Amino acid sequence: MGVMIEMQRSDLIAFIEQTGAKLNKSIAGIGFATKTLGGAISIILFGRKRSQPMRLRHLIAEINIAGVQALPVVVLMSAMIGVMLAIQGIYSLRVFGAETQVTYGLALSIPREFAPLITGILVAGRSGSQLTSRVGSMRLNGEIDALMVMGISPTRFVVAPSLLALAISLPILVAIANLAAFGAAGLYIDATLGIGPQAYWADILSIVTLTDLYHSFSKAVIFAILIGAVGISIGMGVSGGADVLGKATTSSVVTCIAAIIAADAIFALTV
Amino acid sequence: MSDQSKIQSRQSTPIVVKNLQGGYNGTPVIHDCSMTIDAGEIVVIMGGSGSGKSTFLRHLIGLKEPMQGDVELFGKSLYQVDEFERLKLLKGIGVAFQSGAMLSSLTVAQNVALPMVEHTDLDEQTIDLIVRMKLDFVGLLGKEDLLPSELSGGMLKRAAVARAIALDPRLTFMDEPSAGLDPVIAAALDELIIKLKETLGMSVVVVTHELDSAFKIADRIVVLDRGYIIFTGTVAELKASKSERIQNLINRVPEEEEFDPEAHLKRLFGED
Repeated sequence: MGVMIEMQRSDLIAFIEQTGAKLNKSIAGIGFATKTLGGAISIILFGRKRSQPMRLRHLIAEINIAGVQALPVVVLMSAMIGVMLAIQGIYSLRVFGAETQVTYGLALSIPREFAPLITGILVAGRSGSQLTSRVGSMRLNGEIDALMVMGISPTRFVVAPSLLALAISLPILVAIANLAAFGAAGLYIDATLGIGPQAYWADILSIVTLTDLYHSFSKAVIFAILIGAVGISIGMGVSGGADVLGKATTSSVVTCIAAIIAADAIFALTV
Repeated sequence: MSDQSKIQSRQSTPIVVKNLQGGYNGTPVIHDCSMTIDAGEIVVIMGGSGSGKSTFLRHLIGLKEPMQGDVELFGKSLYQVDEFERLKLLKGIGVAFQSGAMLSSLTVAQNVALPMVEHTDLDEQTIDLIVRMKLDFVGLLGKEDLLPSELSGGMLKRAAVARAIALDPRLTFMDEPSAGLDPVIAAALDELIIKLKETLGMSVVVVTHELDSAFKIADRIVVLDRGYIIFTGTVAELKASKSERIQNLINRVPEEEEFDPEAHLKRLFGED
């Protein structure tokens, strides 16, 4: 009996220790991501004055990777989501004989919720993992150290352009995702209910308010900052071997998506 | 910067290390190390494996904050300044890492050009010319368009040297430049280091455990042992040293540790 109690006590202590260590690591991670973000903002605002200017060519290259290359998948997925929402909306409203009111559901849910969330998750999968693996392998190969000793801030060379590129690209991608989702849903509605494009778009435009669009783009900017800060800070923390880099990349995608969904929930509750 | 301070900065000692103590996770690996490196001299930092050479180098090149003490580059503290000031100071040095640490996404030429592109207003043609001159200097002319992954070990080290000297720094650090190279290429690298000093008046700090190379290139040798500087002097002074540890190092005699059978058995069974 005494041995049993002793074992339970040691298991409990081990559990508390492990939980504490994980919590400690998470808090340290949030701190490091915040520091990374602060460093990037400082470079964007004051880099030129302090002889560490962010280069336009680096920013354009990053916009190409994070924004332009993400365009096809964002358009395709948003269009599919638009069609699915239309199908579900018509199916649910048919119970009340109100299928033609499906545009209300679309106009209220696509800009405020689906377009930023789907785009955020897709970009997190692409850019979050890409940033972690790039920065992590640069760290493992000593390239980050090499930049430092050349007097080139890694924040200016890698971090700031990536973060700013995401903050510019994501709102544009969300705008395109909105159009793709509405467009695809409109085609389906036209084919199913016979509501023509003119009537459909007039309906949508009369329902969607500026507040909805503000909601959509604010979320896009916040998601971009989360993806950049999480992806880069996890990459910067990589040390060891190739297996660590693989785990870091997986962890980056999971953390980015979790952070986006948590931020989305906070948005929904507070705004 | 005024003319007077520019002259002072040019004349100041390239590097002064003051009572440096450093290590990892609060455990000191480097203990109370002090040294200076004068203009135009080649200083070789030697020591066995685990002597703290690499950690010491990381402190010297601004990559690791010391636990105590300071490092001054050209008369200015490297660690009592903010990050922007530290980066400004680091523009004045060149570092060739043991692994090369070339940016893998850039070609050899783009790597060598990087410090010039980022820190100077030179036009593209001038940068191209300087890149080719630097690559010619290290015997890599014609390899401009290769990626680092396409270079051999020796070529990588030489490309790293070309990048380190791209801005003609007054002080260059080289970490194990001849480790893992065949004797012919290692000898060529030694010649290159001497050429840097003689033709460009550069101060060079070389971290190595290759004795032949050290004896060939060094004006002064600093020996690190278990984190302490145990010797500073010329090659002749090193060879004449009566210290047992130094004689063991230069004659490649393994250190005999006191053997405790009980402790050894515990280690074997993983109980220690």
